[in-house]
Amino acid sequence: MAMRSLLSRKTLTSVLLSGPKSMGLGLTAAQSHRSLQTFTLPDLSYDYGALEPAISGEIMLLHHQKHHQTYITNYNKALEQLHDAMEKGDSSTVVKLQSAIKFNGGGHVNHSIFWKNLTPIREGGGEPPKGSLGWAIDTHFGSLEALIHKMNAEGAALQGSGWVWLGLDKELKRLVVETTANQDPLVTKGPSLVPLVGIDVWEHAYYLQYKNVRPDYLKNIWKVINWKYASEVYEKESS
Amino acid sequence: MDSSSTGSAKIPLKFELKPPPYPLNALEPVMSERTLEFHWGKHHRTYVDNLNKQISGTNLEGKSLEDVIVASYNNGDTLPTFNNAAQVWNHDFFWECMKPGGGGVPLGDLYHMIDRDFGSFQNFSDQFKKAAATQFGSGWAWLIYENEKLKIAQSPNAVNPLVWNTVPLLTIDVWEHAYYLDYQNRRPDYISVFMDQLVSWDAVSSKLEQAKKSNAAEKNA
Repeated sequence: MAMRSLLSRKTLTSVLLSGPKSMGLGLTAAQSHRSLQTFTLPDLSYDYGALEPAISGEIMLLHHQKHHQTYITNYNKALEQLHDAMEKGDSSTVVKLQSAIKFNGGGHVNHSIFWKNLTPIREGGGEPPKGSLGWAIDTHFGSLEALIHKMNAEGAALQGSGWVWLGLDKELKRLVVETTANQDPLVTKGPSLVPLVGIDVWEHAYYLQYKNVRPDYLKNIWKVINWKYASEVYEKESS
Repeated sequence: MDSSSTGSAKIPLKFELKPPPYPLNALEPVMSERTLEFHWGKHHRTYVDNLNKQISGTNLEGKSLEDVIVASYNNGDTLPTFNNAAQVWNHDFFWECMKPGGGGVPLGDLYHMIDRDFGSFQNFSDQFKKAAATQFGSGWAWLIYENEKLKIAQSPNAVNPLVWNTVPLLTIDVWEHAYYLDYQNRRPDYISVFMDQLVSWDAVSSKLEQAKKSNAAEKNA
């Protein structure tokens, strides 16, 4: 457990300093640097076809295995380049890499949340939130229908690629609906914002099934939204 | 139908959806008829219809498309009409940049300028493909004419070289809807096929000639 967290969170420098031998890796420093992959594709807790007919299995497979995987691959590459640049004290490269980290790291962050935001109907997909999140939604938006209407309107109006979010503002202790462009995570709209539900409105998220009719995708995705997960996050973050 | 810079022709109040200069199935198999049916028949058509709705009864009505774009760009603080206006223009331009049996290399003046400004056609091609592949999210890659030189540019969403006051010569649409039905996530494959089999160098050459003439006319004015 400790080993895994070290590999995924600490910088490579600290791994090298503690020495690969002491970690029982049996690798030379150079090898351990190059062979470390920092992030990997998280598994879905449902089959690709399990969200049909709201989202097709074809889309889920491409979205997970191609798009999300590509973000992770490029994120890892950018982080490795960042590590090299930091070691060399190459500030202009460090700064130049920030956009690749934001794009690809953001893509990884956002999609990791998205897979948890979805669940098959037979696992409770679409069941309205109860408890404190349900109450907060009614308080801030009037009703779940009103929230969905608002998110669908903002999602449909988003130009180009991006996400529409239901978030919790931890500081103001209120729910918000926000959109972000490209793969910007919700936190780029406010440091105290926590994502509860994110809906990907990049064309790759719906095109093969819904073509240009993004509003139909938005209407249907609510049937597989995992409100249980969103409630758990809400309860944890608002305590 | 939609634009006129001569004083005599009256600009109609509504923009029209211009068809591509070839049938919708003409770019098969590299760009499918199905893609054209959606890309031109739905996306491009929707931009036209929505633009017309937006400008109806406003002071933008009766202006040329280029004028609507520049006015809506509003120096970067874009007005709601910008996305639709620019996307109408971008797609009109995009269809013209392709032809059945396209690709290959340009001839004459265009070839020499590419050689001069990029070192070689191969260098240009590599750089253009890279610009198209690395435009993150939705957008376009462009070959533009600026200060009598050729340059490559990329733009997000609806932005186009008209707002930079440069002359576009060639574009590739890298919004996902442009390639998803035929290539899914494989944007680099789409870009390669575009360069190898779709680009209409004739169209690009004639735009270059127009740009050079306007440039000369401006200088002599």
